[in-house]
Amino acid sequence: MSAQSDAYKAHFRVWRGDADGGGLEDFRVEVNDGEVVLDIIHRLQATQVPDLAVRWNCKAGKCGSCSAEINGRPRLMCMTRMSVFERDETVTVTPMRTFPVVRDLVTDVSFNYAKAREIPSFVPPPGLAPGEYRMQQEDVGRSQEFRKCIECFLCQDTCHVVRDHEENKTAFAGPRFLMRIAELDMHPLDAAPDTGLDRKRTAQENHGLGHCNITKCCTEVCPEHIRITDNALIPLKERSVDRKYDPLVWLGSKIRRRNRTD
Amino acid sequence: MTQLDRQEWDVVVVGAGGAGLRAAIEAREQGMRTAVICKSLFGKAHTVMAEGGIAASMGNVNEGDNWQVHFRDTMRGGKFLNHWRMAELHAREAPQRVWELETWGALFDRTPDGRISQRNFGGHEYPRLAHVGDRTGLELIRTLQQKIVSLQQEDERELGAYDARLKVFQECTVTRVLKDENRVAGAFCYERESGRFFVLQAPSVVLATGGIGKSFKVTSNSWEYTGDGHALALLAGAPLINMEFVQFHPTGMVWPPSVKGILVTESVRGDGGVLRNSDGKRFMFDYIPDVFKEKYAQSEAEGDRWYEDPDHNRRPPELLPRDEVARAINAEVKAGRGSPHGGVFLDVSTRMPAEVIRRRLPSMHHQFKELADVDITAEAMEVGPTCHYVMGGVEVDPDTAAATGVPGLFAAGEVAGGMHGSNRLGGNSLSDLLVFGRRAGLYAAEYARSRTVRPTADPLQLDAAEAEALRPFSAEGPDAQHAGRPAENPYTLHQELQQSMNDLVGIIRRQGEMEEALERLADLRVRARRAGVEGHRQYNPGWHLAIDLRNMLLVSECVARAALERRESRGGHTRDDYPEMDRRWRRINLVCELADGGPDSPPQDPATGQIRLTRRETPPIRPDLLELFERDELAKYLAEEELAAEAAPSGPGAPAAGTTDDEETSR
Repeated sequence: MSAQSDAYKAHFRVWRGDADGGGLEDFRVEVNDGEVVLDIIHRLQATQVPDLAVRWNCKAGKCGSCSAEINGRPRLMCMTRMSVFERDETVTVTPMRTFPVVRDLVTDVSFNYAKAREIPSFVPPPGLAPGEYRMQQEDVGRSQEFRKCIECFLCQDTCHVVRDHEENKTAFAGPRFLMRIAELDMHPLDAAPDTGLDRKRTAQENHGLGHCNITKCCTEVCPEHIRITDNALIPLKERSVDRKYDPLVWLGSKIRRRNRTD
Repeated sequence: MTQLDRQEWDVVVVGAGGAGLRAAIEAREQGMRTAVICKSLFGKAHTVMAEGGIAASMGNVNEGDNWQVHFRDTMRGGKFLNHWRMAELHAREAPQRVWELETWGALFDRTPDGRISQRNFGGHEYPRLAHVGDRTGLELIRTLQQKIVSLQQEDERELGAYDARLKVFQECTVTRVLKDENRVAGAFCYERESGRFFVLQAPSVVLATGGIGKSFKVTSNSWEYTGDGHALALLAGAPLINMEFVQFHPTGMVWPPSVKGILVTESVRGDGGVLRNSDGKRFMFDYIPDVFKEKYAQSEAEGDRWYEDPDHNRRPPELLPRDEVARAINAEVKAGRGSPHGGVFLDVSTRMPAEVIRRRLPSMHHQFKELADVDITAEAMEVGPTCHYVMGGVEVDPDTAAATGVPGLFAAGEVAGGMHGSNRLGGNSLSDLLVFGRRAGLYAAEYARSRTVRPTADPLQLDAAEAEALRPFSAEGPDAQHAGRPAENPYTLHQELQQSMNDLVGIIRRQGEMEEALERLADLRVRARRAGVEGHRQYNPGWHLAIDLRNMLLVSECVARAALERRESRGGHTRDDYPEMDRRWRRINLVCELADGGPDSPPQDPATGQIRLTRRETPPIRPDLLELFERDELAKYLAEEELAAEAAPSGPGAPAAGTTDDEETSR
């Protein structure tokens, strides 16, 4: 069928190496109709370089494992179709630049797991037993958008605050985890305020929200099309600013909170 | 041998999907120091692929639902081969397990009155699946992952270290469950990133490794699904049951070739999607089997009315259990009424407004758009069966999830057998993970606490495990017989295995083909001993695959051998040469155990192989559970002796084993 007749040889350049260094290697490799970049990397493994290191799992854009940079752009290899390239175009695949290389296309993404641990968890509302939670769809919808995140870490990779600035990594959680704060902040039943935890304030003071100058790079690379900047980061910033600088808003929030706990 | 890193834990959980994480949470909350070890990054387990939902009879959408109805549906779906006690516990406890997720931050879709919304699914009498669009598995895994982080935060506050009582060893593989005499002593592991070996010593090991789909060519499963837990259990001396039952999900993508097998959620049908052949006919009406005749609509008009008025109409046959739909699609394609790329048409575009499709099925919309250039709001999808789930697994005690015969070994989720009988209903997997994950964690913790002496694995075992794992690096032949022969490429061996299982032990099975499969497996086993790898131990996928081949070959032999033995068709086991279900086989579980010698003895006689197969009678179903069914319905499934026993007032009794000596006569 057409899969056979349409086969062609593509020119691939793949970064190979480890923490001590490495470089791009050239390959000629077969491409069939409908294939994605990850298929080609797998063909290289099976036929030319059996020890080529790559992370992957679902091959359907749902797990966020096969993140890499394709012709310099952060992408999921399983969702990048070969048909988006010209047949004579060289396809260059390199590991995510923001994280240290382990080997070949595999990077050390432990930065993200460390940041995840620094975000205070969901606080269940006291007095509500399991099964008694009531929430309206329109109220959960906002947080649900952020929970579509597959943790591919492409937004973390592309964010210029840390991309070439190792020094910012300590103070900056990155778009994915600032969005996690927004998600919890918008959760209709999160009881953090009752415990004295102001999530908006911690985003600013502990997780580096101030570093973000809303260039929307994160939104552009998100394979889930989550509007990270518009729906998570900007609202978080606006309210942080309100809290920080507007005494009336600050006072109002205190009064509201007192009423809530009473 | 270099000094091996040994760590002491109370409970080791192998696998970080829904069952493994739920087990780890429970064991840690019971106060046990718990280690989770997983092949991928934390949060990437295959559970993330689950789409449709979690089945739990909360009754939020239809108040008629309760655990008894859920139990009934589950037993029907499994054609009564399910372990009744597992099906009972599952149906009773699922709602509590779902509600608990909300207290950990999960955000399910809501009903108008603010409860958890529930959707229709194949084989479920009422709308029962808690869901988040069509990405429910992601919500489940993320919620459990975040609950683990929150427990680690507690430990950090209390003990100064996140990992003090609950640690995730990500991108690590277990190659052996270690023993101290007959008891579990821990796990032998390697770190994928560095290739370094290490040992987690613990009195309790919970297997939660998922399934075996990567032994088949067309599959919805990820690379992790190499039957590791199944093989680890066998090698540790524990038996597997029901391995002949493999679920082929009716709707996988069929085009383009590179995505063949990727799942198309059953929610498409649950929400109104219909199956059509190349004549445009809704063919499922022709495939309603006798056992389900009274429960399904007989006309398109009735089926369509059911979505709005389920109390006065019967459900459309697109929502039959998965085994029925998969066989029907297979038959239509064989009869020449398939779609251009060898599937059938699944259509929502003529059934719902585009905006509703995008809201209810966002990942399907995205998946077809991105991978196949198909806009499902405007045209039909092409779909066909794909290997999706194995019903068989480690034989466990229903209440404690303890494996048979190996104290300290537990199993939960897909790697455990019995719960789903011969066929699993959609939505019953995520609930299974939660219900039995929790139970495995609870009883693994209890067992670990009860042990006064800590187990130790003797050094010989560790040396053997290390030598086994390193063999691919010296594959030119450890013995004179193979010296000088070129090493086998593990990728080639894997492809041949997948092709063999797909062609010869797939959705429709025949005696001759399965016999041929066993011969091919024997040949592959011999060649796999010479699977060689290039490069070094640092993040070397060729090496990892060479190691995983051992497991895939073991479980594939179990599937083929059990499938050859069971001479009837039931659920996820369809024999072309024995096309009918036979009531006498209902009482028979086929049990797979490691034959003497194990995987290190090169098989000379393919008929012998590594697996010993025996029959075991299933336990009689408790009378009060049988009473949930009409006697006419039971008569379709149960053997005469069981029905007689059920009718007798004296209780379950222990009727003579349903003899299966002459099962050929049953047609």
